[in-house]
Amino acid sequence: MVGNALLRRRARMVIALLAVAVGATIISGMITVYRDVPEQMGRAFRAYGANLLILPAGEKANIEQSTLTRVREALQSYEVVGITPFLYESTIVNRQIVMTGGTDFEELQKVSPYWQMQGRWPEKGKKEVLVGAEFAQKLHIKPGDSVVVSGGEGEISADYTVAGIVSTGGKEESFVFMNLGNLQTIKSRPEELSLAQVSIVADQAALKDIEETLQRQVPDIAPQLVKQIAQSEGTVLGKLQSLVLLVTIVVLILTLICVSTTMMAIVTERRKEIALKKALGADNANIVLEFFGEGCLLGLIGGVLGTGCGYLFAQSVSINVFSRGISFSPSIAVGTLILSILITGLASLVPVRIATAVDPAIVLRGE
Amino acid sequence: MSLLELNHVSKAYNEKFMALEDINLHVEKGEWLAVMGPSGSGKTTLMNIIGCMDKPTGGEVVLDGAVLTDVTSAELTRFRRDKIGIVFQQFHMIPYLTALENIMVAQYYHSMPEKHEVLKALDRVGLLDRADHLPSQLSGGEQQRVCIARALINYPVLILADEPTGNLDEQNQKLVMKIFHELHDEGHTILTVTHSPDVGDEAQRCVVIEHGHMKEREMK
Repeated sequence: MVGNALLRRRARMVIALLAVAVGATIISGMITVYRDVPEQMGRAFRAYGANLLILPAGEKANIEQSTLTRVREALQSYEVVGITPFLYESTIVNRQIVMTGGTDFEELQKVSPYWQMQGRWPEKGKKEVLVGAEFAQKLHIKPGDSVVVSGGEGEISADYTVAGIVSTGGKEESFVFMNLGNLQTIKSRPEELSLAQVSIVADQAALKDIEETLQRQVPDIAPQLVKQIAQSEGTVLGKLQSLVLLVTIVVLILTLICVSTTMMAIVTERRKEIALKKALGADNANIVLEFFGEGCLLGLIGGVLGTGCGYLFAQSVSINVFSRGISFSPSIAVGTLILSILITGLASLVPVRIATAVDPAIVLRGE
Repeated sequence: MSLLELNHVSKAYNEKFMALEDINLHVEKGEWLAVMGPSGSGKTTLMNIIGCMDKPTGGEVVLDGAVLTDVTSAELTRFRRDKIGIVFQQFHMIPYLTALENIMVAQYYHSMPEKHEVLKALDRVGLLDRADHLPSQLSGGEQQRVCIARALINYPVLILADEPTGNLDEQNQKLVMKIFHELHDEGHTILTVTHSPDVGDEAQRCVVIEHGHMKEREMK
């Protein structure tokens, strides 16, 4: 009987369900976005370069290349974007002394995606170089040219192809970069590194933890936070999260008002029915329970619909704004369900409490 | 002892307007009483007091041996549910429930809904074939007959009918009055409130209320 009665009132029920589902969608979606913003923005910040440097510990001038394997192991539980090894040595390129960086270009692209390239990245194992824009202008070098590289005066020289010209807006524009192995061979510095740059998705507090973990687990290195990046990242993220929190709270309040108003309107228009039921012998508890139960059922169904739609909404926001998917959060789903049930239940309860106070005789006379 | 006793009952609104003044009325078990009077005479106030939907400001109401004067609203509700079957002028059916379900609602608040009992009650008023119809699919006369079936479903000691034919055409009026006669013949106690002398004359006894005072009316 109850099921049939709900079906016969489907127009009203659909309106109530829509109000609850839309409310739940917004609540679930906004909370998901709010929770995910720091993570997503943290990832977005990773496009601005490394936030942790691995330097030699104490008086040492270099790091053993194998040390990076231990660093990777120590960072296993974190989301590491990339670890770029660097060996910096001076070389002679077309008879000009220039600071040269030997590196892993695949890792470099992950850690420093902001580097502007004219041409292409050097390929692994090939005798190719990447020339800083300033140095390239000085020597009138362009991609595809051949340059002569030697480790120093009187050393054996070899021809290298210029794969690309790089602009970074920094001192790298006066450098030359080549594959790490090539530089290690030219300078007879096998398995040696000057430093490594690490890009890792973590906030300021987590970065501090990472620094301490690395110091403890890999004692022959000196990890150092890139403070400007970490601090500005923390400041921007804090402000952004506050803004999203504010918007979420405002939307939440508006949604609560909207759902409550709809539920109240639906219950209030059944005032006559409540009066009739009272005249037929229903006591106030019967009426309150009946409407509260109906409200809770609406809240449950609307909450389930809203949780699903909210996840899709948050997913769409995340993909469009951060170009990355969002993971489903069971805690947000359960929270949204409970909130939907509570809101609709309470929103039904208030007008029913008012309606039960009405004298059935007065309402039934149409006064 | 009478089934219903009203001893010196009065009802004042705002301590100024007396809707009922010193009403004394006794209704015996199995009796059919009509309460007549023009609009604003106080007959609806009287019906609300007898129907346990309102309390008098003075005097005593005794129904089926219980004094209703000093009881709480919850006790009045329980009394209304157990002792009284109400038939309204405007039918008052829940629009999204079928005839069968509308009667079941009254049963649900009283005890347990039992479909065969409801079907029996619908058969009693000649509407067995309309059990699954919504109020919008029933004529006024049919709706009023469903309301009579609803009033009978919990075996009340008193059937209270407020202008039961007020919204019906002549043909349906006759049909409804026929059912009331049958109920009376079966021993039901009936109290009809009406302004229509024709309906009043159908009852066994008739009282008239005017300006809050009651007097017996001679039957034709």
